[in-house]
Amino acid sequence: MNDIVLATKGLTKRFGALTASENITLDLRAGEIHAIIGPNGAGKSTLIAQVCGSLKPDSGTVHFLGRDVTQKTTRSRVQAGLARSFQISALSMEDSVLQNALLGALGASRNPWRFFKPALEDPTLVEQAEHALERVGLSGHATQRTSELSHGQRRQLEVAIALTLYPKAFIMDEPMAGLGSEGSVQMTDFLDTLRKEAPILLVEHDMDAVFALADRISVLVYGKVIATGTVEEIRTNPHVRDAYLGEEA
Amino acid sequence: MIREHQLNKIILSIFLIIPLWAFVTDEPFTITLMTRATVFALAAVGLNIALGLGGLVSLGHAVFFGIGGYSMGILACHAQTYTPLMEWPMLVSGSKSMPLIWINAVIMSALAALLIGILSLRTSGVYFIMITLAFGQMFFFFSISWSAYGGEDGLSIYIRNEFPGLNTLVPIQYYALCLALLCTVLWINSRLINSPFGLALNAARQVPERVETVGLNPMRLKLAAFIISGAVTGLAGALFADLNRFVSPTMFSWQTSGEIMVFVIIGGVGRLFGPVVGALMFVALEHWLGGLSDFWHIYLGILLLGIVLFGRGGLIGMICGEARQHE
Repeated sequence: MNDIVLATKGLTKRFGALTASENITLDLRAGEIHAIIGPNGAGKSTLIAQVCGSLKPDSGTVHFLGRDVTQKTTRSRVQAGLARSFQISALSMEDSVLQNALLGALGASRNPWRFFKPALEDPTLVEQAEHALERVGLSGHATQRTSELSHGQRRQLEVAIALTLYPKAFIMDEPMAGLGSEGSVQMTDFLDTLRKEAPILLVEHDMDAVFALADRISVLVYGKVIATGTVEEIRTNPHVRDAYLGEEA
Repeated sequence: MIREHQLNKIILSIFLIIPLWAFVTDEPFTITLMTRATVFALAAVGLNIALGLGGLVSLGHAVFFGIGGYSMGILACHAQTYTPLMEWPMLVSGSKSMPLIWINAVIMSALAALLIGILSLRTSGVYFIMITLAFGQMFFFFSISWSAYGGEDGLSIYIRNEFPGLNTLVPIQYYALCLALLCTVLWINSRLINSPFGLALNAARQVPERVETVGLNPMRLKLAAFIISGAVTGLAGALFADLNRFVSPTMFSWQTSGEIMVFVIIGGVGRLFGPVVGALMFVALEHWLGGLSDFWHIYLGILLLGIVLFGRGGLIGMICGEARQHE
């Protein structure tokens, strides 16, 4: 069982009368993509927030690389190797695409206390940032202002920033949103190879991508995991069909 | 439209040509005005590091301006009365040496910024404005009641402090000194903007949660910016006190904080030369309009209103357009 990279146990979070997460227990194993699907408002984002540390659960634990990180800040989880890409882009819109990627590389270096030499003239940082942009297919946009990027490209940049951290696990919140069909296929291919570097906890609405990529799928409905299993198990699960896949599958 | 760095050169040449012309035609008052603009510019460059880069709207920068001023006042007053500053635990005497006074001003205001920053940065938005304002008022009333150093009347220094190799009482020489400091700080500031620290700070202003998710601490970045900012404004305070050979609690007043912020907003928040243009504009208006009417602040208010409503990037933004990160 020591190939479990990330695990939540009995994670519960309430907002007043609303239970956003109810007793969520799931894990992410080395080399896999574990997709989390569920209708809007199922509590996917709340779950991600608790895994990443921006929200503290009311009860339950989060273990990362065998250590209990439930009480740790986002920052220390990132430093331990947990990288996150945001659903709603959190990028410095005024800055260039390369500068955003550089921020990731700078974070990975853990030393922002350099006041004099321009960041763009630091070969290690720039190389790391450019490499990440190249991998997601944004090389041609490096000098563009981030606010000029399309929604899909912003998603790609989110992923690129996560890549600069060379993490031990990725948490990706809808990396395909807004990508269009071609971009979606490219991103799917990319994530497919990426899982060998580090496992991915993937929240995604694009069912084609999820079914193509996921090793396991957990279905979240009203804050509860109603099923976890392989693509085939989930597809044929009657509860899941009722609750979520219904019309689609 | 002209590029920003070209405009910066033009602004810098104004700071060279006018005083030279004034020197040649023997108009020492113009030189004094330009020195005032230079010192105000330096104070505002300091604020711009917190405000423009860090997004910290501090209405308490008079604290640092005042601490700089009183650093000069207290050291020089002990030197001119030949009384020791303190006798225990070791004998410290006053000083008339500018470099020593500057170092003292920078260290003291940096320390104050560290303390104020640690407490204020827990808040944001309007609360941050209020808490920095409150600190400003604390220092203001403290200086009023500190009778050992003049209380409400302030401190007069009879002779301007000394800088090795210069006669600081000659207006053009003191001006050159102030301008040299301003240029040095502007140069450091321009390096800072593009440095890894500047990059991280810039992101911390726009998307703190992103900075957090690459494993950096946005609070610490902002605190560092606030300290650097306070130190620069403190240095300006020491120069301002030496220019007037006088320090008073006015330097700590909230109006002073407001004026420093006005310089930055008129010129352009976050623009390297924004505070410089703003301070120059302010001193020019103060001189010309002040000659026409005691109520010249009305015109300043109209200008400020126009800039805030129609030109978000201040005067620099109106001339050069939106900021470009890549030159």
